[in-house]
Amino acid sequence: MTVEKSLPINPYENLPAFDSTEPAAYSATEREDLLRRYYPDYRPDRKTTLHVGANAGDVLPDEIASILESRSLLASKGLPAVPSAPDIEVDLLVIGGGGAGIMASVFAMEAGARVLLATKLRIGDSNTVMAEGGIQVALGEDDSPVQHFKDAYRGGHFTGDPELLSVLVREGPDVISWLVKKGVLFDRDPSGNLSLRKGGGTSRPRLISAKDYTGLEIVRVLKEDLLNSAVNIWEFSPAVELLQGPEGSCAGAILRDVDNGSLKWVKANAVLLATGGTGRLHIGDFATSNHFGATGDGLVMAYRMGAKLLNMESFQYHPTGVIYPSEMAGMLITEAVRGAGARMFNRNGKRFVQELETRDVVASAIIRECEEGRGVRTPSGHHGVYLDLTAIDREMGEGTVERRFPNIVKLMGKHQVDCTKQPILVYPTLHYQNGGIASDTSGHTRVQGLYVAGEASGGVHGKNRLMGNSLLEVFVYGRRVGQEAAREALDRKPFSWHEVNLGHVERFQKDLEKEFPGTSRPEAPILFPDYRKHSHPDHA
Amino acid sequence: MFQYEAPEGARMIQVWINGKEWQVPEGLTMIQAMWYTGHEVIHGIGCLGGVCGACAAVYRMPGNFRLFNALACQTLVKEGMAFSLIASYPTQRAHYDIEQIPDAKEGLFTLYPESATCRNCNACTEVCPQGIDVRTSVWQAAFGDFKGVAETTMSCVMCGLCVSRCIAEMAPHEIALYARRAYASRELAFPENLRHRMDSVSSGTYDEELERLSRLTPEQLKLECGVK
Repeated sequence: MTVEKSLPINPYENLPAFDSTEPAAYSATEREDLLRRYYPDYRPDRKTTLHVGANAGDVLPDEIASILESRSLLASKGLPAVPSAPDIEVDLLVIGGGGAGIMASVFAMEAGARVLLATKLRIGDSNTVMAEGGIQVALGEDDSPVQHFKDAYRGGHFTGDPELLSVLVREGPDVISWLVKKGVLFDRDPSGNLSLRKGGGTSRPRLISAKDYTGLEIVRVLKEDLLNSAVNIWEFSPAVELLQGPEGSCAGAILRDVDNGSLKWVKANAVLLATGGTGRLHIGDFATSNHFGATGDGLVMAYRMGAKLLNMESFQYHPTGVIYPSEMAGMLITEAVRGAGARMFNRNGKRFVQELETRDVVASAIIRECEEGRGVRTPSGHHGVYLDLTAIDREMGEGTVERRFPNIVKLMGKHQVDCTKQPILVYPTLHYQNGGIASDTSGHTRVQGLYVAGEASGGVHGKNRLMGNSLLEVFVYGRRVGQEAAREALDRKPFSWHEVNLGHVERFQKDLEKEFPGTSRPEAPILFPDYRKHSHPDHA
Repeated sequence: MFQYEAPEGARMIQVWINGKEWQVPEGLTMIQAMWYTGHEVIHGIGCLGGVCGACAAVYRMPGNFRLFNALACQTLVKEGMAFSLIASYPTQRAHYDIEQIPDAKEGLFTLYPESATCRNCNACTEVCPQGIDVRTSVWQAAFGDFKGVAETTMSCVMCGLCVSRCIAEMAPHEIALYARRAYASRELAFPENLRHRMDSVSSGTYDEELERLSRLTPEQLKLECGVK
């Protein structure tokens, strides 16, 4: 066979000389102007006004509106009749097997509840396992939960819920202590204290981490204990619809076994949504750092049942997602590299933003550089900027990058980029759903019997999340809401399976038909993204 | 919608997926090659970021007798590659409560008695897609050097490929997990800065101030929190 080599443009050829002069700090007005002009949340394009449901009138990204104003997956042949008995009856059904779902299940079981944890892929397959940088917890001598609160509130552009934040910062140290006792190996300083590092937008070093494997290290430990516990676990079983009980309350869910397509009817006194985020919807065609199952299923089901959503127009585009090599598109390079001294340069070798501005400001600045022609073109036609880690080794000693960020070095190395010597090409990647289902400090939604925890919930971070606060939220609220849901489930007035129905779904479909007469609406939850090039319609 | 793309002008190469021949562009990962050819992948996919361990794969290259291993979401297909996903590998896992085990070092041999039977073949190290020196970690565990195990195995994604090759039939990744947990929970002293902060929180040091902040109007709160 003749071997012909195509030689695409190599963005590493003709690297500019990097000028390390620090750019001027932005004033508050400049920052705001930059966000308005470049941050996807604030741009008017690709937005839809909702017409149906509790958030009618909200202007949201097209992709989010599309899954919210959608038909049931079960509706194509008419909604199924409720069978004579459920397949299983539990006190608490937890939907989602990431950090929040695992914590909630473990603590609900300890509170005496019979728990079923249902998840779409395997236990632990989630955004939690991918968290690299760390968890914010105020442990420094000159730090305090109060300071943590102030940083988080300011970082969220003064839109976070103060009560939710107050619980987050107060319960943080205790939940971290629980993780340490379970054998999660956080990095220590020479005196044996948990090492504290600095994240963007904070006033104190407050990030604890396990190298750049923080989420993985925690999930490995918790998954083992969960699998060994009395929690009933159904993997590869996504929820496709919630069930309605007396007075519009939540009474369980319908799960679908992805291997044989059969439906499993679950009767539950309480249902806790820990379904995570929405990166795989690729809002605005952005690449994503999220795991394969991040399709916002919980939002869809809760919205049909009347739950209110909060800040659903607000997403975090992490500034530094890999844009080249293209097969890695969206993969995250943790903010911790900028905390350690990595710098960003445009095509002309100039720095263009202070690297430790909040994530939305840094992302906007990168988009501005690329839109104004100062981006670096990749072989597949995208643009990015250089993220240079070599400054870290120069300033903190040879080998620092390798020691602090072994995962990044390993992954980039698999794609022939030695990031201890070469810059990484980056562009913002869809990373985190800032908003979500509205809830109080016990995870109650507007629907009785329906709870939410983790990324699926909204309120803690307001319209911008600081690094390390979501991982803390997952553990603080996973535990807290799991306990609360278990308590209320055990106390709930008994109801009969005959009172269980899909009335809320029928009602929602009628509202859709009224608003969109004669048009076919998309079906949701979509469960999995479809990247197949030659997919057959029957497979979809 | 967003698509993973091969570079412009990428040449087509021949690969075998689960034993069947396909043509795919160079520059795709194994998982992307499966999507490109229309496979629906649900078992064998997770984070797509190389950390969840769902996508363990085996592959061979033409003219080479060796069996290679990889994470399918991170490994590029090459001309003539034949690969299959190993979406799950059955593994024995011990039941224990790390805080209750009387002697952490002895605990290893109670829970995983086979951990002292390594025959030094080194197949586990050769198979590890993360490049971990698995054999060393097994010996470190057997000699009670749990700190060493932690350092050797920190990047383990629990894919279980080491189990598939171990002639002593152990589960090195589970043994390493136990050793890391025992080291973190039982051997390292509880961190002082954390203990100190927990004491202040539980004695109510911050309650008044946090409650005051929660009661402020948004304008007042903005003023208080506005400056770093």
